[in-house]
Amino acid sequence: MSAIETFRAETRAWLEANCPESLRGAAASGELVWGGSQVEFANEDQRLWFERMRDRNWFCPDWPAAYGGGGLSPEEDAVLQQELKRLKCRPPQINLGIWMLGPVLLEFGTEEQKQRLLTPMTRGEVRWCQGFSEPNAGSDLANIRTTAVDAGDHYVVNGSKIWTSYGDKSDWMYALVRTDNSSAKKQEGISLLVLDMHAEGVEARPIDLISGKSSFCEVFFDNVKVSKDNLIGPLNGGWTLAKRLLQHERSAMSKFGEFSLPTHFDLMTILGDYLPDADTPSDIALRARAQACALDEHAYNLTVQRMGQQARARQDVSGIAAIMKLVHSEQEKQKFELLVDAMGHRALGWDGDEFSEQELAISKAWLMSYTQTIAGGSSEVQLNVIAKRVLDLPDAPKGGAK
Amino acid sequence: MNLIYNEEQRMLLDTAQEFFAERSPVSALRALRDRNDELGFEPALWQEMTELGWTAIPFPESLGGLEFGYTGMGTVFESAGRHLSASPLLSSVVLCGSILEQGGSATQQESWLAELVAGNKRLALAVDEGSRHNPHNLALSAVRTETGFQLDGEKVMVVDGLQADGWIVAARTGDAADAISLFIVPADTPGVEQKRQNLIDSRNTARLTFTHVQVAPEQLIAELDKGAPILESALDRGRACIAAELQGACEELFKTTLEYLRTRVQFDVPIGSFQALQHRAAWMHVDIELARSSLMAALDAIDSGDAQAAQLVSLAKWKVGQMADKVSSEAVQMHGGIGVTDELDVGLYFKRIRVLQALLGDADYHLNRAAPLLEEA
Repeated sequence: MSAIETFRAETRAWLEANCPESLRGAAASGELVWGGSQVEFANEDQRLWFERMRDRNWFCPDWPAAYGGGGLSPEEDAVLQQELKRLKCRPPQINLGIWMLGPVLLEFGTEEQKQRLLTPMTRGEVRWCQGFSEPNAGSDLANIRTTAVDAGDHYVVNGSKIWTSYGDKSDWMYALVRTDNSSAKKQEGISLLVLDMHAEGVEARPIDLISGKSSFCEVFFDNVKVSKDNLIGPLNGGWTLAKRLLQHERSAMSKFGEFSLPTHFDLMTILGDYLPDADTPSDIALRARAQACALDEHAYNLTVQRMGQQARARQDVSGIAAIMKLVHSEQEKQKFELLVDAMGHRALGWDGDEFSEQELAISKAWLMSYTQTIAGGSSEVQLNVIAKRVLDLPDAPKGGAK
Repeated sequence: MNLIYNEEQRMLLDTAQEFFAERSPVSALRALRDRNDELGFEPALWQEMTELGWTAIPFPESLGGLEFGYTGMGTVFESAGRHLSASPLLSSVVLCGSILEQGGSATQQESWLAELVAGNKRLALAVDEGSRHNPHNLALSAVRTETGFQLDGEKVMVVDGLQADGWIVAARTGDAADAISLFIVPADTPGVEQKRQNLIDSRNTARLTFTHVQVAPEQLIAELDKGAPILESALDRGRACIAAELQGACEELFKTTLEYLRTRVQFDVPIGSFQALQHRAAWMHVDIELARSSLMAALDAIDSGDAQAAQLVSLAKWKVGQMADKVSSEAVQMHGGIGVTDELDVGLYFKRIRVLQALLGDADYHLNRAAPLLEEA
């Protein structure tokens, strides 16, 4: 038996013995464990799985052992991921630090930073959040205004961030800050800082959305002192690192999505319940629109499959990849609009026992669907990207996303 | 489900692209149109396609075929679509060939299918009657006589029906909705009147009128009243090939349109720098990708004998058709004034695309037919 086959056999045996049955398969919403100083477990199995994976150094299996990683080779890591998938093991914890900041620290951090920041990450002791967007820097991310001013042995940070997921529950943040205002290009003069969310002058406030409570926060910085050794990468060189971080966002999001049970509402089934007979021209038209929407979803799912097959055949998939987020979020929004049309006031309930659980869930999901075409690059930005990078259309005379 | 071409299929695609680009560019269609050619294709080109073996692609080896499937056939159709190359591959080989393959007797296969594959003879399928495709509501009747059958009625939109060696006619032979029978009617049979339906795409389309047409019993394909499933299956293969031709035509037209957006200057800048046009172009790209996936699923479903093949074909014909309407409209609009002139090829693409969209069921027809896909798995 070759070394890698031995490793596979051992890994499979260990996972079978150590991953509790209840943690195999997708999780219901709210059932995922977020690592951090205030880690919470819904049950004993979650704690066991968390501790066993932590103690095997498999929170970050492919990171160097020197920083608490598992030290696995790429081949071994691939085997581990295959075996995890085979048993449908849920991730023992969700941690933006590991998925997004970690790889950038490994590439750009100093030795001291790697020791200090990566090691607690690999133990699941620190919950990280992202401080990128600001009230005036949404689609135009380079427009950030939160400042970090040099005060000798530390920086003083002032400003605010918005759309920080779980900002109120996180221990540390990686943030983009402006460290130089003199450059004509706004992408220059930005730096990447990490900071303690428990420090004096930091305040995180949850944001209520049109759909109600959310995990998004607004975070305010009032003369927050940040030690200079928390600057990641070169001063004023943060934009490059931010782009690198965002490349990891997609894979992080897909990991997150893979293990959450989708809250799926079947359009045609629900339509059939609320609109059993479609005999007027407008009802027939509504049914036809719904049918088209559902078939479009089918075509989208086939496109996901095709992208996978093309990637495995080592063909260029950039043209397909560029449409995925746009299509999925727009289709979801359209689907909920159709449900609202078909359900009438039954989809307009806010709370209370006048409405069924499903009706209230559809109202919330419909309102939430509006965040999907805005967050993570609005549909308009996606269209700009397709036009420029995929279709190679010329830049607008001024402004516009690059 | 296999949604990409494999290496062999990609080689065939490359060969077909080169062949049509060189031997049958859009100027060839323009020439046929300008001389009002009733046949609607070049016999010499058809002969070469036959020699390349393309007429044998979908058939089993036992019938002299290459067993290369409809995914293989798709590569040829999308290449023909790119250059608007005209040939009777759809009418004679895909539609009539597949009826004979599935329902033909050994004698019929020998005297007709083998000849179609060899390119010696050409058949056309007569199915449509009304203004829109509706193969489940046929009126043309075949009534038993002492010597065989008598056909009376009318067929329209018979693709490549003029100057054919014969037709396969779908006729009503009973009162039940699916009591349909298929007959081979050789072109020299008395009582058939042929008239050209000159459509916007300048191809060969015929109206056939059958008046007391006498057909011998051995011209019946398969059993009496049992033609509907054979017809439906052949139509599905045709629809998938039409979707492939549409996809190729639209991808090519989109390429041309993007090139125009990059180079046409107004207000001192290329018009492709305007966000209003960029976003519309980006949506066209989205639809082309979604349509491509649906097309590949349909071709693979036919080849693998998928239980949902008919619905997947309809998904493809719907999605590709809907995309094709949009891409062809936008191509004309984005080209501006020159887009509505005959000088530019854009108009020829537009016209062929719209005929293909309507052929064997438009997007609305197939929206209904694809619906069973949506029943929860």
